[in-house]
This record gives sequence, C-alpha cells and structure tokens, in this order.
Amino acid sequence: MEVLLALMIGILYATGIYMMLRRSLVKLIIGIILLGNGANLLIFFLGRITKGAPPIIPGDAKVFSEAFADPVPQALILTAIVISFGLQSFAIVLVKRAHTVVRTDDLDEMNATDEDS
Amino acid sequence: MLTAILTGFLFSIFLVFAGKLFKGKLSLLASFVPLSLFVYFSQFIIPVSNGEVILKSYEWIPSFGVDLGFKLDGLALLFTLLITGIGFLVFFYTSSYLKGHQYLDRFYGYLASFMAAMLGLVLSDNMITLFVFWELTSISSFFLIGFNNTNPASRASALTALGITGIGGLFLLAGALLLNNMTGTYAISEMLNMRESIIGNEYYFLAVLLIFGAAFTKSAQFPFHFWLPGAMKAPTPVSTYLHSATMVKAGVYLLMRFTPVLGGEDLWNISLIAVGGVTMLYSAVHTLFRTDLKGILAYSTISALGILVFLTGLGTQEAFLAAAVFIIVHALYKATLFLVTGIIDHQTHTRDVTKLAGLNKIMLPVGIAGILAAISSAGIPPTIGFLGKELTYEATLHSETLVIILIIAIVLTKILLLYAGFVAGIKPFTGKLPDEYANVRKPGFILWFPPVLLAFLGVIFGVAPFLIESSIIKPVVAAMGADISDIHLALWHGFNLVFIFSLITIATGIAIYFFIKPSAKLEARAARFDSISPETILRNFNKLFVDISYFWTGFFQNGYLRNYISIIILFLVVLVGYILIGNTNFVIDYHSFSKLTIYEIIITLILIGGIFYTVFTQSRLSAVVGMGVVGLAICLIFVIYSAPDLAMTQFSIDTLTVILFVLVLYKLPKYLKLSDYKTRIRDGILSAIFGTLITTLALEVLSEPVNKDISEFYAQNAYLEAHGKNVVNVILVDFRGADTLIEISVLSIAAVGVFGLMKLRLKMADRKRYQDK
Repeated sequence: MEVLLALMIGILYATGIYMMLRRSLVKLIIGIILLGNGANLLIFFLGRITKGAPPIIPGDAKVFSEAFADPVPQALILTAIVISFGLQSFAIVLVKRAHTVVRTDDLDEMNATDEDS
Repeated sequence: MLTAILTGFLFSIFLVFAGKLFKGKLSLLASFVPLSLFVYFSQFIIPVSNGEVILKSYEWIPSFGVDLGFKLDGLALLFTLLITGIGFLVFFYTSSYLKGHQYLDRFYGYLASFMAAMLGLVLSDNMITLFVFWELTSISSFFLIGFNNTNPASRASALTALGITGIGGLFLLAGALLLNNMTGTYAISEMLNMRESIIGNEYYFLAVLLIFGAAFTKSAQFPFHFWLPGAMKAPTPVSTYLHSATMVKAGVYLLMRFTPVLGGEDLWNISLIAVGGVTMLYSAVHTLFRTDLKGILAYSTISALGILVFLTGLGTQEAFLAAAVFIIVHALYKATLFLVTGIIDHQTHTRDVTKLAGLNKIMLPVGIAGILAAISSAGIPPTIGFLGKELTYEATLHSETLVIILIIAIVLTKILLLYAGFVAGIKPFTGKLPDEYANVRKPGFILWFPPVLLAFLGVIFGVAPFLIESSIIKPVVAAMGADISDIHLALWHGFNLVFIFSLITIATGIAIYFFIKPSAKLEARAARFDSISPETILRNFNKLFVDISYFWTGFFQNGYLRNYISIIILFLVVLVGYILIGNTNFVIDYHSFSKLTIYEIIITLILIGGIFYTVFTQSRLSAVVGMGVVGLAICLIFVIYSAPDLAMTQFSIDTLTVILFVLVLYKLPKYLKLSDYKTRIRDGILSAIFGTLITTLALEVLSEPVNKDISEFYAQNAYLEAHGKNVVNVILVDFRGADTLIEISVLSIAAVGVFGLMKLRLKMADRKRYQDK
C-alpha cells in the first residue's frame, strides 16, 4: 500500500502544479486545493501509516499498551485542513469578486494594479 | 578627543533644529566650530614635535576587537590642522559666498559632518573605525557635490563620486579584515610592530592591493581619476575644502599611514611610483586642454595627488620630507586658487578663462592672492612652493631606479602645473579688463580675506621654513618611519643640479604660458579622445551592467504567476533531483509494508479517477464535483489508516468547499481552455517530473529511521496530565492550545474577508467603467 500511497501523493502534486500553471483563475484554485491535499497526505505518509490503531487511549487504560498511530502528524494535518479551508474560501470569493469587477477569468488579462491602465 | 571629533556631527544635528538661526546674519558664527577645533588641536603641536604620540582608546565593540582608538602623531596632526584650519576659512567664506541661500543651514550641516568624518579618519588608529569614517566622508561629500540638487549633472557627478569612492571603501574594509586575519589586531599602531610577519605573509600581496584600491579611488589616481573633475559641479567652497585640501588627500594619507607597515618593498614602491607617475603626467597634460577655471584646477589637483603618491612610492627619507612639505604647499596654493576662482565666479558669473582678464582693477586683494598662489604653485622663490619643488627634485634625483625617466616625468609635470597655476591665478588678473566686466562689483572682506591669508602663509612659510620645520614637518616624516635627525629646511639650497632643473622648469613653464593660450578649440580637440578615456569605458560598462540587469529581471520577474511557479519547480527538480540521483539506493523493504486489500485498491482507483476527471473535464461544475470525490477518497484513506479525526475534518471541509464553489462560481462564464496544445504538453511534462520527484522522495524517506520521541511524550501524558483520551484532540486543545487559538483567529480574519468581499457593493459608476473596457 505504501507504494500506491506514494504514487497518489505524486499524482496529486503533479496535477496540482499542472492546474496552477493554467491561466484560468478557477483552475488555479483547484490546483491549490489538489496540492494542499497532496501535502496533507505526504505529511500523513511520512509519519508512517498504521492500520486499525487510532491514537485514542482505550477506555480503561491510562496509557497505550500496544502500538498506535502517530498523533503528531494528525494534529498538524488537522490544522492544515482547516487553515487551507480559510485560504480556499477567501480565494473563491476573491475570484468571484474579481470576475464581477473586471469580467474575466483569465490571469493574463488581470495584469495591471492601477485602475486606469 | 572623542568630543572634538564628534563636535562636527553634533553641530550638524543641532542645525537640524536650529538651522534657521544660521541662515541669516548669524551664519558667520558657524565658523567658530572649526576655529575652536583648530585651536584645540594646536595645543598638541608642541608635545607632538617632542616626539610624543597621543593615544586614546574608547571601548566600542570589545568582543570584535573594535575600539574607538585614536592616535595623534605627526601625520595625523598635519591633517587635523589642515582640516580645521582650511575648514575655518571655508566656513567663513561660505557665509558670504552662499549668503541668503535657501539651504545654507543644510550646507553647513553637510560641511560640519564632513569635517568631523575627516577628523575621525585621520585620527583613527583602529581600521574598522577608519573604515567607518572613510565611508562617512564619501557619504557627506555625496551630499556636498550634489548640493545643487536641481541640476541633473550635479546629481550625476555626486553619484559617480559616491560610486567610485564607495567601491574604494569596500576595498578598505576588505583590507582591514585581511590585515586583522594576518595580525590578529585592528590597531594600526600594533601592526607597526609586526611589519616582518605581515610582509612575509602569503596574503601580503592581496593586502597591498586592497589598500591601493582604497587609496587610489579616494585620491583620484589614474584610472579612477575621473570622478574628481565631475565633482567640480559642487559649490566652490566644497571644491576648495574637499577636492583640494582634505578629502582627496585621504588616499595619500592612507598610503603614508601604511608606509611603515606595508611599505619598503618593491611591490609597494614600484606600484606607487608607476601609478603616481602616470597620474601626475596624464592629468597635467589635461590642464592644457581646459578652459573652465575649475576644470583646470581639478586636473592640476589630480596631478598634485599623483606627485604625492609618487613621492610616497620613492620611499626615501628625502621623498617623505618632500611629500610632507608638498602637502602643505598644495593645500595652501590650491585652496587659494579655488577660493579666488569662487570669487571670480561669484562676481562675474563665469569661469571661462578665455574671457577673463584684468580683474585686478576691480578686486586687487583677490588678484594679489591669485598671483602669489600661482607663484607658489610654480615653485618660484620666495614661496614655500619653491621649497617643495626643490625637495621633490632632490628626492627624484636620488631615486634608486630609472632616475632619468622619473626626473623627466616630474619636471614635465611641474612645468605643466606651473602653466595651470598661472592660467588660474594670473591670467584673470592681467591684461585689459573686458568691457562686459567693467561694472562687476568688488567682493567683500569675508570673501577676499581667506585666500589672501592662505596666499601670504605660503610666502611666510617659504621665507621662514623653520616655523614649520620641527613643529610640523619632522613629526610627519617620523610618523612615516624615517630618520629625522638630519632634516634641515632652507629656501636656498645652493647652486646645484636641482637648481638647474628648477630654472628649466620655470623658464619653460612661463614660455608655455605665453605661447599656448587656453581656447575652446584646444578643448574640443582633446574631447575627441573621450571615447577611449577610462570614464567612457566605465560608463559603457555600467550601461552594459544595467542592460543585463534589466534583461535578467525582465526574464525572471515577468509578472506571470505560471512563470514564477515553473521556475521554482524547475529549480527544485534540478537541485533535489541532482542530489537524489547520486544518493538514492532504492532499497525498499516490501515486507515491512502493510498488505493491500481490495478496499485500498478501490479507493486508489477512485482517487486517481477523480483527479484526472477534475483536470481534464470541460465543465467547471464537473471539475468541482471531481474535486469533491478526491477529497472524499482522501477521507477514506484517513479512515483506513487510523485517523478518525482527520477523516471527520476532511469530510466536513470538503463538503463545505464544494458547496461554496458551486454557490459562488455557477455564474461564471464558460470554463475556458486558454493555453494551446504545446504549452499544456510542456506543463504536463514539468508537473509529471515534479510528481515523480515527490513520490521518489517519499519512498526514500521511508527507508530512513523515524524519531517518535515527541509522539511518545504526548501519548504518555495525554491522559495523565491533560486527562484526555483522544491524543490528537489533546494536542490541539491542550498542549498546543495557543496555536489553535491563533488558528481560530486566522480563520476569523478569513471569514471577515469573505464576508466583506461578498457584501461590498460596487458603485454603479465603477462597474460601468470596468464593463466598458
């Protein structure tokens, strides 16, 4: 499974970058989301994966008695997912706004910061 | 002593607040600053002439061996007296020269900072302090040269001067660091005792080159000389002060200061003789082709600096003596000539020497000063100039090598300098007064007094050289490391070979003065060679540099996001790939991996299918749906691999994102396919390589050992200390609670931003304007 997972991470990264290289703003956002998913999976993967042993201390014990999944990458990814949602929602609304104002989805046509150019 | 050095800086800070006071009639008061400093430093004449060396050290950065170390010996004293003495006259003169100028206070501020920096420079014993003051002189002179900041030529000259002398400053810093590495100290007085080990050091050559780099740029030696004529755009008091008497001599000072440390070797002596010799002749010839009084004086100054470097290079006691005397000679007559030129410019509004004549009828005292200075510069007795010239010739005649070539060079230079001095000091005051200047007003006392005083000092020191012999000159020679027991200055040296050379010089020089008249035609003829001058070469080099920078910036910073991403990715791929190729072992232990089940294969297929659907679909809505599928598949991966919290978060966030996307974006125009086929292939290849790199990296990391200390800590203490059983939750809300709080704030800020963007109403006018485009 590790090989498959590594492959999936590679594909997520590759497609994320590919989408970010497009001129359409919507595609850019999709690219960022894919890349973010890839990054989350990569962190998860590098903390080593464990099947069927969530980092939850069993009901009657005070500490773990057997192997458990690493909680630190999970905590990190949880934060990352939430923060990337903040980023994504802002980006999506910004694209919408930009479209209302300048009527284009093409990055190349949004090439001036000044209103009058 | 520190106070004395800092007075100038303090005064200029004071002027920031009290500048208005000094703009009007009180401006004359400003000259009390240099005057009191002059008096303060005069008290050291007697102790220093008795061979005393005054050392003062204040701690600055002791851990780096950088102190505010000051040393007052003969060499430093000569310069401090010149700086404060001529400084006083220049301050005095300025109060009339720039009377009523809008920024007179500013000018005094620059001038005072410059004076302080210059004092610090010549008094510093610590090389880092020396470097700091060195740079301060460059910076303050930048402001002074560019004082007429509405004039583009003035600004350009200031920039050139700053560039050249600034580069020199860097050489000095490098030299200081190198010498510190060689000796373990920054103090010049300590380096004096380590001369042998410095000269024997393998980096001696480099150290000498760096010191040369600093000195030659500051003292305008060929081929760095061209900033000095440009600096003549400054108001004349600045030219007088910086570009004849003080700042340009800083380079010479540095060479003299380091003669006992680095000098005495062939490398040092021969380089100095060569550079100084070329400079003095090259720029002396240039004076023949100038018509601007200040231009003539600028080139003759460069030539004089060349002579000083040349003399330092000769390296004998006679040469040091000649150099010491010549510094005084040059400071006196050159400052006089500049001040005289300033008066002429101020009264007649021209500096074109071809137009000026007969001004003695209007400004007799100025004329006397000019003529006396010209005589001193020509080396005609009884001025101190004569003494300087005799000593120079004598030192050259006793040179160890190439006597004939050197004596020809120095005599030629002196002949041309005589011509330059006469043109600047005598020509405007002889002959018939042109009608257009008949109504020129007589300059006031404040203007004519300084040059007259300086000119008369030149005569007095010439007639009575004992006045400065043991008090000033001998300590200078001693500071340069030569024996001073048999020095005796006298105007009359007897009828010998040196005297014959003097006669030849004076006769030829005067003949040239009568036969060659400065004219615009000559100037134009010389201008033809501009294309091969060092200045043009440097300018072209600069232009090339700027062009390359433009190209470089334009290429990388072209404003297209995809371009930046491509470059970053490409760079990363090449860099990491290069390391990976050499070091990958690809030994993957398949047995340690978890078993594949049917669920995982299906999830993988869904994920990959979702990704490619997202990328290749023609409809935006399908892309969003595909993305949702990808997110849910990842959610399932989290479920299988023991991360229930992640699965829940991923699920809710993914759902929210899809909803938001659909809500917001359904109105957008058709999903565009903007790039052509080729671009897409190119981007695809780049992305595929990058993906491969990440996969390889990930697999590679698996074969490395993993450190679980932190996880162990949290797992052990989650219940015992934080009383929570879900370790992930405990980490987030307890152990790293503050981080989570900040995360929440970030989310709130994003939410405020989203709300603002949604609710903000565009004014109809704005919307219309954009739609029209």
